Amino acid sequence: MKTWNNRAWLMVVPVLLLVAFNALVPLMTVVNYSVQETFGDNKFFWAGLRWFEEVLKSPRFHEALGRQLLFTGIILLIEIPLGVAIALAMPRRGPWVSVCLVLMALPLLIPWNVVGAMWNIFALPDIGLLGYGLNWLGFDYNYTQDPVAAWFTMILMDVWHWTSLVVLLAYAGLSSIPDAYYQAARIDGARPWAIFRFIQLPKMKRVLTIAILLRFMDSFMIYTEVSVLTGGGPGNSTTLLSIDLVKYALGQFDLGRAAAMSLIYFVLTLLVSWVFYTVMTRDEPQ
Amino acid sequence: MARISLKSLRHAYGPAPKGPQDYALKEINLDWQDGGAYALLGPSGCGKTTLLNIISGLIIPSEGQVLFNDRDVTRASPADRNIAQVFQFPVIYDTMTVRDNLAFPLRNRGVPEDKVARRVAEIAEMLELTPQLGQRAAGLTPDAKQKISMGRGLVRDDVNVVMFDEPLTVIDPHLKWKLRSKLKELHQRVRATMIYVTHDQTEALTFADQVVVMQDGVVVQIGSPVELFERPAHTFVGHFIGSPGMNVIPCEVRDGAAWIGGHRVMAAPGVAAGRAEIGIRPEFVGFGPAGLPARVVRSADIGHSRVVETRLGETKVNAILPEDAAVPEGETHLVFDPAQTRVYRDGWLAAETGAGR
Repeated sequence: MKTWNNRAWLMVVPVLLLVAFNALVPLMTVVNYSVQETFGDNKFFWAGLRWFEEVLKSPRFHEALGRQLLFTGIILLIEIPLGVAIALAMPRRGPWVSVCLVLMALPLLIPWNVVGAMWNIFALPDIGLLGYGLNWLGFDYNYTQDPVAAWFTMILMDVWHWTSLVVLLAYAGLSSIPDAYYQAARIDGARPWAIFRFIQLPKMKRVLTIAILLRFMDSFMIYTEVSVLTGGGPGNSTTLLSIDLVKYALGQFDLGRAAAMSLIYFVLTLLVSWVFYTVMTRDEPQ
Repeated sequence: MARISLKSLRHAYGPAPKGPQDYALKEINLDWQDGGAYALLGPSGCGKTTLLNIISGLIIPSEGQVLFNDRDVTRASPADRNIAQVFQFPVIYDTMTVRDNLAFPLRNRGVPEDKVARRVAEIAEMLELTPQLGQRAAGLTPDAKQKISMGRGLVRDDVNVVMFDEPLTVIDPHLKWKLRSKLKELHQRVRATMIYVTHDQTEALTFADQVVVMQDGVVVQIGSPVELFERPAHTFVGHFIGSPGMNVIPCEVRDGAAWIGGHRVMAAPGVAAGRAEIGIRPEFVGFGPAGLPARVVRSADIGHSRVVETRLGETKVNAILPEDAAVPEGETHLVFDPAQTRVYRDGWLAAETGAGR
């Protein structure tokens, strides 16, 4: 028999409060800002959807969004295959497993602003090992002045920082494959490529879906490392969406525009994640 | 197709084995005839899977040789040996259809596509998978998946041997019986050498013409199901096969006969005097007015017959009676069928009564 007791709702009140205060209330504040014009002295004037229109039409937003998509696209294209390749190359058993896992986990344990600071110094052309080394090898490399060099450094930093995450996830997927699959494949006469294509890749699919989603979201919202490394420069060449947003909100105190922009940003992230997820789990057996 | 010979095979998993206790397999010499249906029967951990993996090439033995038709393949890879193996858990290629799964071993070997189609159709027909051929293999039930694994094992018509490593473990009981008879039928149709590893005596005895019984890395006996039942070479085989297993009763051999507590049980010509054991299956133990004095402890109805547990001195002796037979109670006498009574010494068969041979 089914019994109803509405007092059960009390049980979920704490979590509702928590969600309300850490998500709903701040989000509604942003919504509130996004439809108003703000002046000092807490004066607000109704602005309707004007901010959204302005943001969506502004070339500055288009450029930042373009840079953002380019950055995310590049790092996904590098980190996912590279992570899978490293995971495949890692030993499956023996004492080296833990050594490899610890080495892989190290970059993930470093605070993000420290990562930015490390690469900032590492890549300096006059004193940094990387910067000095590249110039010594004959490359004209100065990431503080040359946009291409800045992008190169930024991508290299992100690959160094986050490929490990893909490696660890892919490795977890690989270790869950029973030996019998490899044995059966050997007996069936499968070549290494067929083993990868028909056993390893399908078995890694779930964790790779998660890896791609995580890497998409994190890279799409990246702020700290890039901010410390280049601060968005030289010029605006590495001004990604989040950096642009902070410039509006905290640099210019343009609260309405910044709020509208962050809502658009939020919806975009949600939308692309949803598309990724739907596409990747589309033909999953029920 | 090939005759498979194992010569002085030994295998240890650890490095530098010191004594026999370090070997998972101790000195195996075996010949598997071409086209035979064999079962490899033994308790868990007796080395049967190790032996199977040595034949398939997944493990290289520490010592000894594996010969296929007199060709030494001890170090050849599984693909070179041209064998097929079905594992305990179904192995299927999730992203492929049932058809592509069955075709996989053929395509990997560059078999022409028209022949692939023909073989796949044949095998699917035999395994009753034809309606599912176009489906994705991932969504199927475990028994259908295991049928696909078996199908991949049988799809090549030139394999030297098809090996099954406890293939029915994950299958529901009522389907087990069905798949087992299917396998038997398949063997009769394709006539490939088949080796079936199991710890389940029913599976072994129904599938195989010849059963190889293993214990602790040693082959204890090779024989037909009837031989294993009527003439166990070792008390272990007597215990392991049959339900309940063979009774083993301590006895003494003197003056050319076996004695239990002052009663002469049987003649034992050619057996040296001393301590020994009498082995007799419950099926051949009866009750009578005279014989070995014993006491009935309990009896249990097991459906088609009745198991009566007795004590002969300190030793437990089971007897199986027909369902409708009168069950004796209290003190009674046991009568052993002389043709089915054996003498064992140190576990191994020492002699049998004159009626036996």
